[in-house]
Amino acid sequence: MKEIQYKDIVQAIRDCIIYSGTNLPQDSYKALQNAYENEKSPVCKEVLKQLLENADIASNEARPLCQDTGLAVFFVKVGEDVKIKGGSLKKAINEGTEKGYKDGYLRASTCHWDTRANLKDEVGYNLPAIIHFDLVEGDELEIEYAAKGGGSENVSRATVFAPAKGRKGIVEYVKQVISDAGPNPCPPLTVGVGIGGTFEKAVISSKHALFRELGSVNPDPVLDSMEKELMVELNKLGIGAMGMGGTQTVLGVHIEKNPCHIASLPVSVNVQCHSSRHTVIKF
Amino acid sequence: MSKTYHLTTPLSEEDVCQLKAGDIVYLNGIVYTARDAAHKKLVDLLDEGKELPFDMKGAVIYFVGPTPPKPGDPIGSAGPTTSYRMDSYSPKLINEQGLKGMIGKGKRNQDVIDACVKSKAIYFGATGGAGALLARQIKSAEVIAYPELGPEAIRKIEVVDFPLTVINDTYGQDMYLMGRAQYEIKD
Ligand code: SF4
Repeated sequence: MKEIQYKDIVQAIRDCIIYSGTNLPQDSYKALQNAYENEKSPVCKEVLKQLLENADIASNEARPLCQDTGLAVFFVKVGEDVKIKGGSLKKAINEGTEKGYKDGYLRASTCHWDTRANLKDEVGYNLPAIIHFDLVEGDELEIEYAAKGGGSENVSRATVFAPAKGRKGIVEYVKQVISDAGPNPCPPLTVGVGIGGTFEKAVISSKHALFRELGSVNPDPVLDSMEKELMVELNKLGIGAMGMGGTQTVLGVHIEKNPCHIASLPVSVNVQCHSSRHTVIKF
Repeated sequence: MSKTYHLTTPLSEEDVCQLKAGDIVYLNGIVYTARDAAHKKLVDLLDEGKELPFDMKGAVIYFVGPTPPKPGDPIGSAGPTTSYRMDSYSPKLINEQGLKGMIGKGKRNQDVIDACVKSKAIYFGATGGAGALLARQIKSAEVIAYPELGPEAIRKIEVVDFPLTVINDTYGQDMYLMGRAQYEIKD
């Protein structure tokens, strides 16, 4: 049995949120630099230059990269042999989230679905966090965090195909989603694709795919080849940085798969903007 | 070939009619911030025949909900939000109130594009996600209406050389379509 203190989790989450809000992770920064070097359109090149400059200013002056500091999304792997001392894990994550967003001068963006009233006083500052728990063997606690902005979430889509659609159908669907999105989700994008499982499993997988390091290789050779095919196809759309028309529309395509029901082929496309703020904490 | 302009608000018909989709504009002067919640309130006021909290004639509205300012700063990070959420409100402000410019990111619908042609207004794009960089060009900010909306309150801000691209001009052109047509590869 491993004991982890409640207050240590709160502190770690708070610190990671403040850091993530103002520092673009290495992989995202490098991907933007690559896009800048490869971009053929002068207009998009200028946009990419601004984005790199923005990341430098944000980091040097500890200012939020983007005014949309997102909803706080977590994927948590809890070992069965982990004991949290002094409170519950869920509460610790929410408390750390509230502290991080408040202390870091990040925006409180949660609101009531109907009245659209901000929930900062009623529920908590930028609460509730969106948390996906997974119970695993052992005594480790791993918390992956990403700030998820609304602009890119709004263009994300999911569907359930008949199995006959297959790989070709999936590629066409992803292309359609990104083409329809155009400039709205702040390209260049990371595209998360979830295949298989039930309807909601595909959606959650597509979200989790966004947490993977940009530039990393998919260990599944079939998915790896699909990712490479999609990179080429999506960049052919010509959307470019901020939709101004260019050759660099996506920074990465990440696919996760699950076994399916014999009758169905669920597919989900979760889109992340160029401001891909994600990190992982391990205890 | 795209041109570069330096303009100061309020914008005149002459200011906006010279601009073409793809041109670069560095904007100076007073700009008002508003997102969908504030737009709804503005249009409700007009429907009730009441006066608006600021003069819309020649005005430029920036679609933004900034982060809270750090102590000593006029404003927090302040990049554009996605503009389509304002599509149902903008034509009324352009056609009936003389709004001359909107700053945001992402596509507008045909009603907005038509209003820009009919009543001479411009939709400008600012770089989404460049909130820290753009905030540097904002010299002052003051909440002038709806403080209860928090980040969505209407602010009067003063901008200096605020970097923009003309997306929709007064001739019905659309930079997003033009740019994409140039780089799209069809098999
Ligand atoms: S889509 Fe991303 S970069 Fe664009 S405004 Fe939203 S959070 Fe910021």
